[in-house]
Amino acid sequence: MSEYSVVGKRVNRVDALAKVTGRALYAADINLPNMVHGKVLWSPCAHARIRRLNVAKARALKGVMAVITAADVPGKKNEEEHPNPMTCCLAREKVIFAGQPVAAVAAINPYIAEEALRLIEVDYEELTPVVDVLEAMKPDAPIIHPNVDTENLPVKDTKPSNIFWYMKNSRGDVEAGFREADIVLENTFRTQTVSHGYLEPRAAVVSVDPEGKVTVWSDNQGIFELRELVAGFMNLPLNYVKVIPVEIGGAFGGKSHQVVSPLCALLSQKTGRPVKMVMTREEVFKTQRPAPASVITIKMGATKDGCLTAASATMIYDYGALYGMGGMDIVPFGSFSGLNPYRIPNLKIECYDVYTNKAPSGPYRAPTAAQAAFAVESQMDLLARALGMDPLEFRLKNVAAEGDTMVTGTPFPKIGFKETLERMREYLAQRGNLEGENRGRGVACGFWAPASGAAGANINVNADGTVTLVVGSVDVSGTRTSLAQIVAEELGIPFENVSAVTGDTETAPFSVLSAGSMITRSLAPPVCQACQDVKDQLCRKAAQQLKVKREDVEFAHGRVQVKGMPEKYVSLADLARGIAHFPGESPITGRGSCKGLKQSPVLAVEVADVEVDKETGKVKVLSYVAAQDVGLAINPTLVEGQIQGAVAQGIGWALSENYIFHKGVMQNATLLDYRMPTATDVPFVDTLLVEVSFDASPFGIRGVGEPPIVPSLATIANAIHSATGVRLKELPMTPEAILNSIKTQGKSKTR
Amino acid sequence: MRELIKLRVNGQEREVMVEPRQTLLDTLRYDLGLTGTKEGCGDGNCGSCTVLLDGQVVNSCLVFAIEVDGQEITTIEGLYQGEKLHPLQQAFIDEGAVQCGFCTPGMILTAKALLDSNPHPTEAQVRQAIAGNLCRCTGYDKIVRAILKVATA
Repeated sequence: MSEYSVVGKRVNRVDALAKVTGRALYAADINLPNMVHGKVLWSPCAHARIRRLNVAKARALKGVMAVITAADVPGKKNEEEHPNPMTCCLAREKVIFAGQPVAAVAAINPYIAEEALRLIEVDYEELTPVVDVLEAMKPDAPIIHPNVDTENLPVKDTKPSNIFWYMKNSRGDVEAGFREADIVLENTFRTQTVSHGYLEPRAAVVSVDPEGKVTVWSDNQGIFELRELVAGFMNLPLNYVKVIPVEIGGAFGGKSHQVVSPLCALLSQKTGRPVKMVMTREEVFKTQRPAPASVITIKMGATKDGCLTAASATMIYDYGALYGMGGMDIVPFGSFSGLNPYRIPNLKIECYDVYTNKAPSGPYRAPTAAQAAFAVESQMDLLARALGMDPLEFRLKNVAAEGDTMVTGTPFPKIGFKETLERMREYLAQRGNLEGENRGRGVACGFWAPASGAAGANINVNADGTVTLVVGSVDVSGTRTSLAQIVAEELGIPFENVSAVTGDTETAPFSVLSAGSMITRSLAPPVCQACQDVKDQLCRKAAQQLKVKREDVEFAHGRVQVKGMPEKYVSLADLARGIAHFPGESPITGRGSCKGLKQSPVLAVEVADVEVDKETGKVKVLSYVAAQDVGLAINPTLVEGQIQGAVAQGIGWALSENYIFHKGVMQNATLLDYRMPTATDVPFVDTLLVEVSFDASPFGIRGVGEPPIVPSLATIANAIHSATGVRLKELPMTPEAILNSIKTQGKSKTR
Repeated sequence: MRELIKLRVNGQEREVMVEPRQTLLDTLRYDLGLTGTKEGCGDGNCGSCTVLLDGQVVNSCLVFAIEVDGQEITTIEGLYQGEKLHPLQQAFIDEGAVQCGFCTPGMILTAKALLDSNPHPTEAQVRQAIAGNLCRCTGYDKIVRAILKVATA
């Protein structure tokens, strides 16, 4: 984008140098004097009553400093039965999933802490675990949370249920719509529980000082959310908890909540020493809120010429034993995102969120949308085949445009759906058809609407003309870099003259959680406002220096000049020096504070070419291209990186990743048995950045991080269908599953 | 029973008392303060703890410190000692191969070992070499490009 000088440029990430030299500090790298080490005892049972819990032997072990159980928790003691993850830090009387914390220990080293765990005596009376989501919905199923009614039902439920959320979206008359159709298809699709797979296990270091003030270093996606969580658990006012941000080794939604920090805080209070906890990979897998599994039945109808007439869907999400991640409730986004790319006159979507006795779920990159898109986009592919239409043309024919109604009933603002599909069509026309045996191409779309939230921003102008931006948003995707680019652009100064830092909860203005593809878009308005504030202050000072009226000067290109006389000016650096050298001058500090923007609808369109080995069923992804409307790429390198990473996660979700449960307990909690893609499993991912400006956002930006994972699962499934002639309706599409499908669905297609 | 071992770490002689059960990873991180080496899984499946042992790639979580008495170890801190970045470090910055940064030290050391033994690898050889180093942020795209850039330079 030539109209900007820093925005839109591929500047290097501001945190890259620290990271390539090993100097960047993550939570587990923090070590404090006199620090002790904590470990958690997790429930081995998916559903059980705790008959007896005895920690006396563990307390007596030499080197053990403290042992805590639910009885020691100071805050919110009466809410332990309420299914709120905020208060479910230690089990009391009952455990509802394997991996629920039962007790925690602090000892002089991690080895002794682990030994102490083995000395804790717990007598569990095992209850029947509810592990199948469809069984859990039945009226006679054992109830996991006795005091929970289904929320959102049109008629209030009379008895407790494992269905904790119901949502319905409808318009038109679906039955009439299906009658109009020449082809109606109905299928049920299933997706599995998957992990975020961040490389850095959860960790925290917490120090409670003698006045009771708590300081936390931890890997949360939000410092303010973590402050609230720890303060609630410790029953302290917010100004008694300080959260200091550290680098985060991957999050993807999975670090929106915390177990270790509250427990460390209580252990630190009991021992009078800083306490550190670092999870093992097994603990991460078993206890850290994977993405929910789903069962989605979808029926869609179209006319012979390829116009969609109606769609109905029942979406069931298996949330495990708890929902949400501390302060963030899970709305089933998939229930309205899945069908949103298309103009469909008649719609009915019903969505059920259900509890089971499995690891609690949480948000993972576009929460619940990838599952819904797997069903919808697989179904779209089957419809296109039945109609004999090109799958991309079929989508183009039905794609929604500005003014069309979203599933939720509101009209679409300006969107780039059509442009994104057309960009992909052009790309494919250039590349040409895929040739070769057992090879196939798949296409799929994915809708997501990046969110936005409240945030502030402070800018300090330093005495040499450099500036420091202080925000309260944790950087999980390169936002310090993109926000520094915005400051440099707005103030007309070199990128190198801006530093962007995440302050702690005592020094930074509030910011929304770093999630929802929303940090650059949520922070851009307050950052721009703070820049304007700086410019106003500089103009007032410059007008005095230049001995003209305030309204006669303007800010341009990093300096204040007299209107119509650009040769008469004062530079930002000279103004800044003046402030430093003359007593009586007030420092220049810009301030911005904004409430957030409207959601910005985004379409991602992806195409995969695959080859399937007929002997082994193994899929090789030969090439992959992802197109996405980003509004405007503040930094194209960072945007591409987000898309490429999301696609690799999607390929893993589609082909190999899976929580294998036995009686509700995960059986494959290592990175060998839970198989994430390696460098040999994914190809280079081409990216096509479409820039249809979103007018409500500064620079027209739309948000980037989540949308590209939404189409990936169906993209791979559709490519496998092209290559083999068989349709897989359940993930993951392992070699075994593919071979079985080839066997049952008929002979492999050759092309 | 703790024992005294001698290691040559990033070119410097270091003496350290270790317990027999202590891993090289813990020794580097806790006893020597070299926290650039990361622990992602503790069982050799992610490569975040990769260091070079006498020039060879090892997962330091799978090596007992006591086993490597007298050997030469290179960690990420050894690639930059205040003067010039290693070409791989520079390429990772320039190509946008760094996101969360947690896999980065191990990834760079694995790439260094590859280029030390095979200065001009193909894309397939690069992918094979780093297959033991998981990355969840980048999809490996810009990492592979960064390594190939140094290989062809």
